[in-house]
Amino acid sequence: MTDVLALSGVSKSFGALRVTDDVSFSVPRGQALGIIGPNGAGKSTLFNLITGNLLPDAGRIELLGRDVTRVPAMERVRMGIGRSFQIPQPFEGLTVFENLLTAAAFGRGRREAEVEEACIAILRDTELLRKANQLAGGLTLLDRKRLELARAMATGPELLLLDEIAGGLTEAECRALVATIRALHAQGVTIIWIEHVLHALNSVVERLLVLDFGRVIGIGEPAEIMASREVREIYLGMEF
Amino acid sequence: MIWVNTVVQGLMLGGLYALFATGLSLVFGIMRLVNLAHGDLIVFAAFAILVIVEVLGLDPFVSALLAAPLLFAAGWALQRLVLNRVLGRDILPPLLVTFGLSVALQNGMLEVFSADSRRIRSGALESASVALGPVTLGMLPLLTFASAVAAIFLLNRIFYATALGRAFRATSDDPVTASLMGINPRSVFAIATGLAMVTVTLAALYLGMRANFDPSIGPARLIYAFEAVIIGGLGSLWGTLAGGIIIGLAQTAGAAVNPEWQILAGHLAFLVVLLVRPRGLFPRAFD
Repeated sequence: MTDVLALSGVSKSFGALRVTDDVSFSVPRGQALGIIGPNGAGKSTLFNLITGNLLPDAGRIELLGRDVTRVPAMERVRMGIGRSFQIPQPFEGLTVFENLLTAAAFGRGRREAEVEEACIAILRDTELLRKANQLAGGLTLLDRKRLELARAMATGPELLLLDEIAGGLTEAECRALVATIRALHAQGVTIIWIEHVLHALNSVVERLLVLDFGRVIGIGEPAEIMASREVREIYLGMEF
Repeated sequence: MIWVNTVVQGLMLGGLYALFATGLSLVFGIMRLVNLAHGDLIVFAAFAILVIVEVLGLDPFVSALLAAPLLFAAGWALQRLVLNRVLGRDILPPLLVTFGLSVALQNGMLEVFSADSRRIRSGALESASVALGPVTLGMLPLLTFASAVAAIFLLNRIFYATALGRAFRATSDDPVTASLMGINPRSVFAIATGLAMVTVTLAALYLGMRANFDPSIGPARLIYAFEAVIIGGLGSLWGTLAGGIIIGLAQTAGAAVNPEWQILAGHLAFLVVLLVRPRGLFPRAFD
């Protein structure tokens, strides 16, 4: 199995604060990896390093076997990274369909006519089809989250990065969204998912990574990780 | 019946102001850049057309057609080499840079073209007119107005019916997210400024054929353009047309009462709209 993403020795500091500290891990094709850790553990920073919005101080990032450590964000999108934001950031002045069309055309470097069908299919998969012609600025939270997911999918990603997509949803909404993510994963998309809503996360991912103070303190089978003493102390103390 | 004439003349004048404002509106709408050199760029484009007319002996319209791609390239380069470097969270650097550009352009043009008033000669068109019932319309103002409507219609088509337009709107919403969708905001901005310079060329053509111009008149055109953009609501091109028309109407109405009141009436209309609708007549739904 080939690795879609591989990080080795990646570090990033803001001033004296080391937010990513010698992080190494890899994600094989088709896997869903969950990332957990307390607030401020550096989870979102790690995503920013993977997408190219931040450049690391040290280390190496490989996407599909190619070194992308210094490759700008918009090129990484074309190489196959799709990302959804923690706080949904749709293009509010565009319709839902236009949001996807733009992401698909530019993210894949194709003409709009060539990606229309794919966009419609994604809208159907994410249950947004009936809202296709609404302005994205007027959507509810659940639909905004769906749009985040749909737009990330529209760029045609090999690797899908989900940043706390289940946060802030009701139980029923969360179940609906998880079902959508499972369906996408079943189509073979590789996923890295940062999430605080653990039951949602654990119903999808095959592997779990724990981050604390920018360091990887555990990676492995979800059940094993959740049971480990270190994780319970650092992260799950509040839940047990 | 004289009031009908005033209204129609004001409408036509509004077309010219809308043309002044279109490029400013486009650039502000997409990258929140206030280009203080906009008026001087219009004058610069007018000189460019004048040079082509006089050196090559061509018709003004043909000359403008030749000047447009050159000015597109100039706008593209200006954005790529200068303005992209100063765009950021702080709005002061782009203001200072475009203010500097304004001063440099005025002095450069003064050096090259002197302070003499010039005019782009358009032959028979200058005095041609059509009679519409009780009103006699100059051919040139009529063409100006039609060009403004056509330019704004075309730009709106680009904005709402092409991939480039969607990229404009997406980048305007959020350049960082746009770059995560594979859009390069810097090249989007460069194309936008290039397009703005094409509308500037059109504005310059009618400015230069309608009246005399010299290197110092840019800033006053900038003010009219600004007012039209603000009245219409930031980011709305049809709003910008409406803004231009309101200033045009106010000016001709003011002039009909007393010729000295022309300019003042336009500015007063602007202030009244600001008081009543601080976000303009057609503000964007989401900002």
